[in-house]
Amino acid sequence: MTTSVYASPARKSVLEQKQRSERRKLMLYGAFFVIALIAPYVVYPVFLMKILCFALFAVAFNLLLGYVGLLSFGHAAFLATGGYTTGYLLSTYSGLTPELAILAGTSASTLLGLGFGLLAIRRQGIYFAMITLALAQLVFFFYVQSSFTGGEDGLHGIPRGKLLGVINLADNLAMYYFVLAVFVFGFAVVHRMVHSPYGHVLKAIKENEPRATSLGYNVDRYKLVAFVISAALAGLAGSVKTIVFQLASLNDAHWHMSGEVVLMTLVGGVGTLLGPVVGAAFVVSLEHQLAQSALGDWVNVILGVIFILCVLMFRAGIIGEFQKFYKKNFK
Amino acid sequence: MKIMKKLLSAAIASTIIATTAQAAISDNEIRIGYLADMSGTYRDLAGPNGLVALQMAVEDVGGQVNGANIRVVSADDRNSPDVASSTVRQWVENDGVDMVAGLVASSVTIAATRILEQSNRLGIVSGSAASSITNEHCTPNHIHYVYDTYPLANGTAQAVVQEGGDSWFILTADYAFGHALEGDVEKVVTANGGTVVQKVRHPFPTGDFSSFILQAQSSGAKVVALANAGSDTTNAITTAGEFGLTQSGQTLAALLLFLTDVHALGVQAAQGIQLTTGWYWDMDDDARAWSDRFMQRTGVRPTMVHAGIYSSTVHYLNAVKEAGTDEAQAVRQQMMNTPINDMFAKGGYIREDGRMVHDMYLAQVKTPAESKDEWDLYKIVRTIPGDEAYRPLSESQCKLVNN
Repeated sequence: MTTSVYASPARKSVLEQKQRSERRKLMLYGAFFVIALIAPYVVYPVFLMKILCFALFAVAFNLLLGYVGLLSFGHAAFLATGGYTTGYLLSTYSGLTPELAILAGTSASTLLGLGFGLLAIRRQGIYFAMITLALAQLVFFFYVQSSFTGGEDGLHGIPRGKLLGVINLADNLAMYYFVLAVFVFGFAVVHRMVHSPYGHVLKAIKENEPRATSLGYNVDRYKLVAFVISAALAGLAGSVKTIVFQLASLNDAHWHMSGEVVLMTLVGGVGTLLGPVVGAAFVVSLEHQLAQSALGDWVNVILGVIFILCVLMFRAGIIGEFQKFYKKNFK
Repeated sequence: MKIMKKLLSAAIASTIIATTAQAAISDNEIRIGYLADMSGTYRDLAGPNGLVALQMAVEDVGGQVNGANIRVVSADDRNSPDVASSTVRQWVENDGVDMVAGLVASSVTIAATRILEQSNRLGIVSGSAASSITNEHCTPNHIHYVYDTYPLANGTAQAVVQEGGDSWFILTADYAFGHALEGDVEKVVTANGGTVVQKVRHPFPTGDFSSFILQAQSSGAKVVALANAGSDTTNAITTAGEFGLTQSGQTLAALLLFLTDVHALGVQAAQGIQLTTGWYWDMDDDARAWSDRFMQRTGVRPTMVHAGIYSSTVHYLNAVKEAGTDEAQAVRQQMMNTPINDMFAKGGYIREDGRMVHDMYLAQVKTPAESKDEWDLYKIVRTIPGDEAYRPLSESQCKLVNN
């Protein structure tokens, strides 16, 4: 460190504070991880897996919206492509192990992401959103018409199989820890990206794109890489989700799904790492609880009201507001 | 041989009942899960009112069977197989649910029945249309009770051709469900001596049907058939009403249309449409009496799905009582052994593929002059005997049928 040269007391305290906040963050992640390890003994594991899959999906989406400022309205296409590819391979080739199928599903959505990205990143703002939406609709209609997806009915009875040919994923607990591992991997990738020099360039692009260009950065290249990684992680979430539920359905490709991930990210907090995770957990639990309660037929209305309240009053989302509150009162 | 088998199983069953009367019903409670669309497109035809029908059935049986209480839980499937799959899994694994009722969207039904098969519980499907549910997707753990697309296409097409509608224009929703329906209709029309003049496919879903209806009018066909469902059908009918399709002499045949759809469209727009239904609230005294009770509770007339939920639940609970257990296979066998004679069906029976076979009805929507009140919507034109209406077992691809 450069403490020897600029060792003023003020500088030192700033560094110490930074270290302390890093340590606190690490402790927070650690606490979350321990809770996640114990959770399946308290809460129903399949429900937790659903939250983790959507959390990974939202984290992937937030990489674009929160750190590059690109609102993609077509992320459902990547989720579905991962899911359908994995599902089709697993139900067609009985010898295939789940990790290979997931790899194939993720690769498929990565390629699709490259295609989408090359077309879409040429435009900004609403035009970018519209292009991704249009492309995702094309993908949706392709899946409606294709025979390998089962059309409206979807793919059913996909075997969970044995991980690496050894661990039987039919057991809910084994499946849960596998999903948790995949989620931690995805989260770590995004965490590493955001805190790397590459991530800082992304933030610079978000803040002021012409300035980043004038500094000599190839902005389109940076955006494209971020888009492809986001698509890959969304595909990974879709692949894992397919194995958890043993089905792949058209719902994943529908634009409602693209909208739902926007809601999750906004509710949790755009541009924070934990925001999408908390948002996904919140939305999925709310849907789950409301679906089984007497208020069942009000799910859509309640979600809509929450969305409006978030946009009007809590624009930073759950985690964002919490951070603000924390900074104001404890620092 | 068969009699011996039955006697033997009856003997075994009765000894089991005699020795373990209490333990025969799991947890000494019969748990029924009602899974349906409570907030989306299919809310009206099943939805919260289906739950009322289910509760009526439970009350009519007395709230308990052989001393075991009946508990009903319900959930919204949001027309999503994901939600259906996680809900049913949780019901089965955590809550000990014995039977799942309702089940509307076919993707939801297929997802739910796969889980019921894995865990050997019973599903009674009242809302779904797809005939594949008792064909390639059949399981020994579910029963398809109310209707399916086979009699809808078969019944309507055959009846309309026989009444002189021999040239057809088919408007099809461009996805697997529409294609299957279109294929079925075309087969029946040509087999009965009619011709299909033109087939047009519209994207799914479509809002504006003007160009398709104009094509239908200029095709010169006597019959315009709608091989689609839900909002596509009602949108097409509304447009056809605006263009005066039926007034200009063409017959409109809808293949999948519910009482609540017709009620929403109104007789002005829907008049003259021919359709096939599994049940109509005003078709006989039993049906009327039950639907009066239903209307007192809900304020609306029941659809065939509501009636089917009531009838199948009573049939299920009676079977649990007779079999003395809530084990899925024993109950299903008992349900198959007993014919269904109630407000829903006369002489109905359940086949080995899980299809409940009963008479279907060809109905025509009344004109505004004929309709006496807002729910007086259909006149029954003819009865289609169950054995003619449903797909014969000889054509079945179900794994439970030996062909």
